[in-house]
Amino acid sequence: MNPRLRWRKFVSNFMLTMTGVCAVVAVSVLFFILGYLVYNGGASINWNFFTKLPAPVGELGGGMANAIVGSAKLLLLASLFGVPIGFFGGIYLSEFSNSAIAFVVRYAADLLNGVPSIVIGIFAYALTVLPFKHFSAFAGAFALGLMMIPITLRSTEEFLHGVPRALREGSMALGASKWRTIMSVVVPSAYRGIMTAILLALARVAGETAPLLFTAFGNRYWSHGLGEPTASLPVMIFNYAISPYDDWHRQAWAAGLVLLALILIVNIVARSILSRGGTVLR
Amino acid sequence: MHASVRQAVSVNVNPSTITQGREAAAPPTMRMNVSRVNFFYGQKQTLYDINMGIAAGKVTALIGPSGCGKSTLLRTFNRMHETVRGARLQGEILLDGQNILSQDVTLLRRRVGMVFQRPNPFPKSIFDNVAYGLRINGSKLPIADAVEKSLRHAALWDEVKDHLHKSAYELSGGQQQRLCIARGLAVEPEVLLLDEPCSALDPISTAKIEELLVQLKDLCTIVIVTHNMQQAARVSDYTAFLLMGQLVEFSPTPHMFTTPTDPRTEAYITGRFG
Repeated sequence: MNPRLRWRKFVSNFMLTMTGVCAVVAVSVLFFILGYLVYNGGASINWNFFTKLPAPVGELGGGMANAIVGSAKLLLLASLFGVPIGFFGGIYLSEFSNSAIAFVVRYAADLLNGVPSIVIGIFAYALTVLPFKHFSAFAGAFALGLMMIPITLRSTEEFLHGVPRALREGSMALGASKWRTIMSVVVPSAYRGIMTAILLALARVAGETAPLLFTAFGNRYWSHGLGEPTASLPVMIFNYAISPYDDWHRQAWAAGLVLLALILIVNIVARSILSRGGTVLR
Repeated sequence: MHASVRQAVSVNVNPSTITQGREAAAPPTMRMNVSRVNFFYGQKQTLYDINMGIAAGKVTALIGPSGCGKSTLLRTFNRMHETVRGARLQGEILLDGQNILSQDVTLLRRRVGMVFQRPNPFPKSIFDNVAYGLRINGSKLPIADAVEKSLRHAALWDEVKDHLHKSAYELSGGQQQRLCIARGLAVEPEVLLLDEPCSALDPISTAKIEELLVQLKDLCTIVIVTHNMQQAARVSDYTAFLLMGQLVEFSPTPHMFTTPTDPRTEAYITGRFG
């Protein structure tokens, strides 16, 4: 083997190894985080964690039931607000708008997607907390919903674009109106993709802390109604992690583990829906 | 109506040819009349002064080489061209004596159905595919009966009757195309347009569809675009030959394929180009 060829083989093998190592590192970060969470917080996860309110300072035990329920409430409200706007906006973008409007909306959505979540938080604070002079689940959901709009909108648009033109024409040729065609043929064809995107958007905002710090704020007790400050897992983690108490630190780890597990479940469900949907769109 | 129709038809159709052969006894009644149709995609003109009549209860074939405008012409008959941006139509197309361009487009398309080049069943069950047109039209008929009738007309019933609720995508390509025909027939159109319906199918499926077309004449008027001259000769009663956006010749099919009047037609059907 001449030296030139040997050198080329070496470079090839070296680069192959490098890319492989990087891939392994990327994957192992997830497992490292998971392992670390289990190591630090696993012991604090018990039935009480899911059913009890946080214990007062100095008292051991207690749980984060209110934060788990609070997070669920916030996400549900945020979806009710953000998903329809993103979904119908995506339909408009894909089906009705001319290219100039589409360009502007698409660009704005991408920019909104890139706005730091803390800025979204301040904005929601100014709009939904200051005028009413108190924190609320509504304010937190508003902030999270804002973040869901661009993700839902862009992915709805993209999945609708993937629906073959022939399907639309087939429906129109039967005398279906454009709207009827969209709702009865186009959206059902892209339904799994859109559902997946919505679930991923949900998973994405489920872990957001910054927009909730000064909107939903937090609560050590059950919140009565949606107009009150509401606890959520990410904010709870934040508050517990910066506290000086060891017991709280352990509970913060546990909350992190629960949050991550919930997000992973949503992700896995979303992806399994998407993979089953592969046959719907030829 | 008839006077103006004759006039429009006579521009390109030699009246002596249309009364030859089987139709010698009575001239056919016209379901559609196309007069002075010019068509543009943006600045580009793709149809030039087309005049022709579509005989009721007959099969009319549009033939010509790729890009001659035969599909474009077909798509104007139920105004599907309007789904393309920058498409513009001049002229007049009458359906039963009324200008289709001034009608409500959804009502028009219920009367003038279309089957496309590639089978395009909806991502629904076989049953729902056929029922779709009935449902959007708020049909009062018992839907199941109408679905069965349409599937029988499309010669598909026996193959699918035991699994109507399976996805349409589980059917073969030829079955899917017959499903699309059944879907089109379900709304009982007066005219059925077929845009190269067999171009994506194997010879056996093609033969089935051709057989079907001949039977469907009793139900509705048929206009078929095909690049396959033998197919036009087999299934159609009238044939229109288009070339570069112009209607070169339009006459009864036997006449067209035995004694074409235009040298360009002769050159095309004898395979000298296209």
